[in-house]
Amino acid sequence: MDTSIPSSELEALDRVVVRFAGDSGDGIQLTGTQFASATALAGNDLATFPDYPAEIRAPAGTTFGVSAYQIQFGAGSVLTAGDEPDVLVALNPAALKVNLPAMREGALIIIDKGSFTPRNLQKAGFESNPLDDDTLTKYQVLALDISKLTLDAVDPFGLSKKEALRCKNMWTLGLMLWMFTRPRKPVIDWLTNKFAKNPVVRDANIAALNAGHAFGETAELGFHLPRYRIAPARVEPGEYRTVTGSQAIAWGIAAAGLKAGLKVFFGSYPITPASPILHELARMRMFNIETFQAEDEIAAICSAIGASYAGAIGVTSSSGPGIALKTEALGLAISVELPLVVINSQRGGPSTGLPTKTEQSDLYQAIFGRNGDAPMVVLAAATPGDCFDTAIEATRIALEHMVPVMLLTDGYIANAAEPWRIPDIDDIPPIANHKPAAGEITPPFNPFRRDPETLARPWVTPGMPELMHRIGGLEKSAETGNISYDPANHQKMTELRHEKVERVARFIPPQKVSHGDETGDLVVVGWGSTYGAIDQAVRLARSEGLKVSHIHLRHLFPLPANLGELLAGFDRVLVPELNMGQLATLLRDRYLLPVRQLNKVAGQPFKVREVLEAIHEAVAQDAPKAAE
Amino acid sequence: MNKPVKLSPKDFASDQEVRWCPGCGDYAILKGVQRTLAEIGADPATTVFVSGIGCSSRFPYYMATYGFHTIHGRAPAIATGIKLVNPKLDVWVITGDGDGLSIGGNHLLHALRRNVDLNIMLFNNEIYGLTKGQYSPTSEPGTRSPSTPYGSIDTPVSPCAFALGAKGRFIARTIDTHQKHLPDVLKRAHAHAGTSFIEIFQNCIVYNDGVFDDFAERSVRDERTIEVRHGEPLIFGTARDKGLRVDPTACRLTVVEIGKDGISESDILVHDETNPHLAQMLIEMRGPDFPVAIGVIHCIEGETYAEAYEAQTREILKKSGEPDFNSWIRRGHVWTVGKDGAHPEPAAE
Ligand code: SF4
Repeated sequence: MDTSIPSSELEALDRVVVRFAGDSGDGIQLTGTQFASATALAGNDLATFPDYPAEIRAPAGTTFGVSAYQIQFGAGSVLTAGDEPDVLVALNPAALKVNLPAMREGALIIIDKGSFTPRNLQKAGFESNPLDDDTLTKYQVLALDISKLTLDAVDPFGLSKKEALRCKNMWTLGLMLWMFTRPRKPVIDWLTNKFAKNPVVRDANIAALNAGHAFGETAELGFHLPRYRIAPARVEPGEYRTVTGSQAIAWGIAAAGLKAGLKVFFGSYPITPASPILHELARMRMFNIETFQAEDEIAAICSAIGASYAGAIGVTSSSGPGIALKTEALGLAISVELPLVVINSQRGGPSTGLPTKTEQSDLYQAIFGRNGDAPMVVLAAATPGDCFDTAIEATRIALEHMVPVMLLTDGYIANAAEPWRIPDIDDIPPIANHKPAAGEITPPFNPFRRDPETLARPWVTPGMPELMHRIGGLEKSAETGNISYDPANHQKMTELRHEKVERVARFIPPQKVSHGDETGDLVVVGWGSTYGAIDQAVRLARSEGLKVSHIHLRHLFPLPANLGELLAGFDRVLVPELNMGQLATLLRDRYLLPVRQLNKVAGQPFKVREVLEAIHEAVAQDAPKAAE
Repeated sequence: MNKPVKLSPKDFASDQEVRWCPGCGDYAILKGVQRTLAEIGADPATTVFVSGIGCSSRFPYYMATYGFHTIHGRAPAIATGIKLVNPKLDVWVITGDGDGLSIGGNHLLHALRRNVDLNIMLFNNEIYGLTKGQYSPTSEPGTRSPSTPYGSIDTPVSPCAFALGAKGRFIARTIDTHQKHLPDVLKRAHAHAGTSFIEIFQNCIVYNDGVFDDFAERSVRDERTIEVRHGEPLIFGTARDKGLRVDPTACRLTVVEIGKDGISESDILVHDETNPHLAQMLIEMRGPDFPVAIGVIHCIEGETYAEAYEAQTREILKKSGEPDFNSWIRRGHVWTVGKDGAHPEPAAE
């Protein structure tokens, strides 16, 4: 960092929101992640929101081909990617068109005017050039011919024009790194590594990056280029890195396998946005992890069930439509009472829905979505970093209770990055399981003999001498494990399966208030990736003097034993969700509470403002009477 | 594992009452499998039977081994998970024409292609038994059933041709009641490393009785089937007077009579189970002009999925050395925040 710059020339900011936007082919996601990485290294807390189209190569220049990456970073704690960008980088007209409605008045917009050709303007749906009319009068606009500046910068490398223009994102990144006083070195290191086999492309990209940076430094534009300094955040001591939810899930599953001393078998079928978990685990084979790309979603879960039956930790992962296909097999896992971890990286639905957009609309599916009375444990991760702990927790419950566990994340936390205090594997407690020691069980034995505390059955796996037995999806006798169609036995087994899942609540930590007091006028109850927006909104409301608290649930089924009591301490309950009110239904049903809802299904996370407004509305109304 | 004393077929029978219809071909197959396991000295503790749904899929309940009765069509996928986690297990998949070729066709295809070391026995009775007699994907066109009261109209799939198309490396056929033949085929299947696919013509006495009688019935069997054996001439008939040759004018098999038109035994084609083109022709043979081929039609050696996986893993471990999780999650940019909670200045530009 240029510590030599007199701080008077730097405008100090507490936090800032930057949005990079361009065509899918412009390398926006790379630009964003590299900027995030440099920002993390500069010591700021941050949260990101990658927002890209479902098509791999959407037609160039169109509005539906626009890819964006938003990042908020600051000196204090940053939990969301920010409501409205302070700075927008628009690398083509379509990117401007799509993102302009999200901009606040007075925001800075950096535009590549080289891309504002008549053809691109027309594709973006602009009738006249917004650089010439009054479209942008409300904003500070910095229109540069980034295309040409890039071509000039990489001219010595002899690339084709098309190749040369692909360095445009690095030029832009260089300028942004200068503007926000971020170090360039991590990006240069990354480029050096990424293009190790192609030195010309490597050097061209580095040259573009440096040129963008130098432009900021030396530009004589006749007006002042703003430059900012954001002080590092004060955080707990330790080692940090940035992590995405997908990475953290994969690492959590791997850590759980190591802590259980068991092989992890991960059966999966590619689907957006869940595939990065498969990709990361596939690289981790040396940690006794076997990944298996199955022929379909059904085979993915079935191979994992086979793996669990054979004594490994069976894990499968998908998104809503894929989870729907796995449903019958989930019933089998519930019926034969094997441990299994099922990860759902939720996306917009129903059907194929919005593959790359976020939503929380699979909660009903997770809790209720099977034939028969088929209860299963459901957990949800709140932040990218929380994915690590929740994945370990899911595996622990699966093994210690001999049950399938559904772990919910969503497209937002799967892709978003945040700084993460890196744990030490040695600090994570070991995970026990129900495999009998040699000679501990002697024949004749009942495979459904239960542990008196957890009701878990013994995990007897093929290969164990003397303990041969048969299991299957037909109802089993509680006494012998053999097929039984006896009515009283089915009643008993159904009740046992319920009781077994309910008892998990005895082993999970009591629910805490995430922020605020244990009593008050309003409690905002959330789950999953809405954590950041709710937390910020509740803090703002409290700073206004409102008696509001935030409870964020990791355990959704069974719910924590003390939750009813906690909720009773508040006059009103508000549940913001990225669905039509699924947790709200659960809480009403369970506690007979008049729950207020805030629902958004736009494929986008909540803005802090939206939650804050709902809080204002909720407290303004009379406290409801207890349910009649 | 302490090897148990040699077991008898009875020792492989579980204590569960067998519930197939009296006279069902499944009884004979069960007997044949129990005999085979006794003869090969299988250890019940390391033997697993995995099945889907259907009459045949009740099979695991009747075996005194490990058994998993799963869901419709999915046994190959579940068995794949079992075998990959514990390659030491002997994994047998029991399926039928509906389970394996209709609802579970996809899994069968991929198990074969991957060459997972499973023994897949497909009981083909050309009908749905457990759901009460609907036509199946192997039923002959014109099959009248509750769901096709005017006769079925679609082309049936040939199980062995399907297996060959899926790059199956061991493809065999046998007949439920052919108790001399069935154990021999099963032993070969068991000895083969990789996916072994065995189609068993199985008589459903209730819904499709006698559907294979034209060749499988004891009195005509020698005349209407040919037991193929690698390296031996393709001769059949009660008097062993008929054989197969390749018609030199067209790429197809013909039936010739030995001793007629100057044909002697040496003119008869010798079975080569490694030749997939011959396998294709043998699989397609049907009466009345041709005998039905039974025995090991196709067998080629090759690396199994688990072998390839283990070899790859050894290489990966050689390169990675002792893996360290703490360093794995610290790859890339990592920064340290000091005790005072303040962040150090990032590296100077
Ligand atoms: S219905 Fe047919 S196949 Fe099923 S048990 Fe009865 S005879 Fe056997």
